[in-house]
Amino acid sequence: MASLVKTLEIRTSPHILSGYSVDTIMFNVVLALLPTTAFAVYAFGAAALLTLGTAVASCLLAEYAACRLAGRASTLGDWSAAITGLLYGLTLPPGLPLWMVAVGGIVGVTLAKSLFGGLGFNVFNPALVGRAFLQAAFPVAMTSWVAGFAEDRFAVLPGSTLTLPFSTPIYDAVSGATPLSLWKFDRELAGVGDLAMGFVSGSVGETSGLLILLGGAYLIARNMMNWRIPAGVFASVAALSGALHLSDPQSYASPTFMLFSGGLMLGAVFMATDMVASPMTSLGCFVYGGLIGLLTVVIRVWGAMPEGVMYAILLANAVSPHIDRLIRPTVYGTSGGGGSP
Amino acid sequence: MTLLGLKTFRHGIHPPQSKEATSGLATRQFPFAPLLTIPLAQHLGKPSVALVREGQEVVRGQRIARADGFVSVAMHAPASGVVRRIGLIPSTTGRMVPGVFLEPFPGSTQEVMDGTPCPPDTSTPDEIVTAIQDAGLVGLGGAAFPTHVKLKIPEGKSVDTVIINGAECEPYLTTDHRVMLEQREDIFTGIRYLLKLTGAERVIIGVEANKPDAVAHLGAGLPDDLPIEVKTLTAKYPQGAEKMMITALLGREVPSGKLPLDARALCVNVATTAEIGRLLPHGRGVQERIITITGPAVEHKGNYRIPIGTPLRFLLEHVGVDADISRVFLGGPMMGHAASSLDIPVTKGTSGVVAFGSSETERTHQKVYPCIRCAYCVDACPIFLNPSELGLLAQSQQYERMAEEFNLMDCFECGCCSFVCPSHIPLVQQFRFAKAAVRKAGAA
Repeated sequence: MASLVKTLEIRTSPHILSGYSVDTIMFNVVLALLPTTAFAVYAFGAAALLTLGTAVASCLLAEYAACRLAGRASTLGDWSAAITGLLYGLTLPPGLPLWMVAVGGIVGVTLAKSLFGGLGFNVFNPALVGRAFLQAAFPVAMTSWVAGFAEDRFAVLPGSTLTLPFSTPIYDAVSGATPLSLWKFDRELAGVGDLAMGFVSGSVGETSGLLILLGGAYLIARNMMNWRIPAGVFASVAALSGALHLSDPQSYASPTFMLFSGGLMLGAVFMATDMVASPMTSLGCFVYGGLIGLLTVVIRVWGAMPEGVMYAILLANAVSPHIDRLIRPTVYGTSGGGGSP
Repeated sequence: MTLLGLKTFRHGIHPPQSKEATSGLATRQFPFAPLLTIPLAQHLGKPSVALVREGQEVVRGQRIARADGFVSVAMHAPASGVVRRIGLIPSTTGRMVPGVFLEPFPGSTQEVMDGTPCPPDTSTPDEIVTAIQDAGLVGLGGAAFPTHVKLKIPEGKSVDTVIINGAECEPYLTTDHRVMLEQREDIFTGIRYLLKLTGAERVIIGVEANKPDAVAHLGAGLPDDLPIEVKTLTAKYPQGAEKMMITALLGREVPSGKLPLDARALCVNVATTAEIGRLLPHGRGVQERIITITGPAVEHKGNYRIPIGTPLRFLLEHVGVDADISRVFLGGPMMGHAASSLDIPVTKGTSGVVAFGSSETERTHQKVYPCIRCAYCVDACPIFLNPSELGLLAQSQQYERMAEEFNLMDCFECGCCSFVCPSHIPLVQQFRFAKAAVRKAGAA
């Protein structure tokens, strides 16, 4: 009898949980980004390492500072700021002056996340807002590219990396144009094999499409990413650029080039799929992905910039709540049929 | 809808089934507790009215309380013994409810007193309805709604299919499984009454795919003169919910706010059906029920036939529990109620007693994060609500809007959303609260 005089805990049902947690999901996203990150460091050496390190550090710092200012417990443990930092760093050109990297990270997290109320309340992807800010503030620095696989990339930094704030960066003589700008301005087409493997110039993590897809496949397999979003992006980019390419192969690049060049892979797989800023329904995710693809092709083909994934995703982020308002599943028993399957 | 040859519905979840420990164990009879406490309100509707007084001796199976109106049922003595008093008994909700304290005689046998038989073939539908009410039958799946009320088909309505619910989708529970293996003839007899009552053309017994032995056993003994089919359903929670059963087996939806009758279907739990078949031919009443006692903190897990009114404390002491027992709930882990006290008795609606130790409790004691709109809940909700949106509205107390724009009142609290939520937001709890608030506002 004495053994059963215990106090019982009372909680409401359900009494079991799936075991998934926000921090496990976020941590797995970081894991999925590791192959891409490792390849970035391999391709661009010390410059990539410093860029990524600064990006992550600035985002963590901004998150921590916001928590302190708001008098809340630190939210670094949920890994979301780390993902933002890593993703943000991967979108930057290697060799970007580190002080700019830090500024963009702080702006992204503070402006797009903390001011909106923190995790779960951001309308826009904070990593992309940080990058967009830099694009507007430092257009030259954001479009100066170094070539990958330089012999001394682990020993020597590009001259611009350690530029002091507000002084003009000096760019190395050897710089590499991205496949997209080569195509846009010189009609020079990179090989699809090189694009997929990542042997081209570009942002730190925008080069190897296959490794990005690998990370995405891991997250999809673990049900931590909605596959419909990248599928929607790929489908609409392929369809649109395919139609254009068929109509005039000389003026319009092929769908495979469009899919594997620039930030499309990174954007479609890791940026557009930010759970907070994307729609909730399956159909909504297809629409949202399709919209990103459409905007990307429009900006790339007819816009002034060679690349448009970033703006396409930010615009789609803004549309996402409206998609959720318009596309809602029919609640059980409300279709009026009663007897219909 | 049919998927890979199995009948099912869209969405839902796959919690660990945790049934292996008890599904193979035959039902055993439980001994009488030294004092049985029998609440007069074990069902939805009006409480029964006691027919016994203090000091009166009763015989096992004797009627000790009568129904109070139509939505109410009779009660029967679970044991031969002496009524010690009529007093207050703690219930799962924490409230004290009136009930009968019965002290079984030390030598009380398992013999039961018979009443007036109600044979299936010669009785009229009205006689069967009355017999079911007199037998004290309520939904044994857990809802405890008086069975005769559900089976009384109103004028102008008709039923073409009776669904016998053998899904048992709640993790841990195996009572329906055992009933299908051990009481096949009772089930078929029960179906005879149901067909007579409803005038339905056919009967479908729906069983989840995790009970192939039950499917085979039922299928092998089908009586030639009854239009019964046994169908296998995908093992998925909440397959056993009435609406999901009807959708999976008939491809129909029950209109929002309406009853299965409005989809010309009737869904009866398989254990309830077996009890109809077991009790009515002898004019007996419910004086015990089969319960799965299980969970990581229980030593002798199993399926037991337990007298109504057995206090949890006696029940757990008898099967043995670990020293670190920290939570006990009545019913399955998805929809069951946490027991606030071990003095709560087993009632007609208790389908299981599951005990967790402190390690399982820790596992569900997790940090709450803000909603990250992952949409896991949207993909889990079997009736296509948006629990995420509803949760945000609940936090800002916009209960009316939840009901008017987001179909809050259609939620049947299955718990799928809370189960999958990686932010560990107590969604179902918020919805229960919101529903109560809306009902209160509507009544005022």
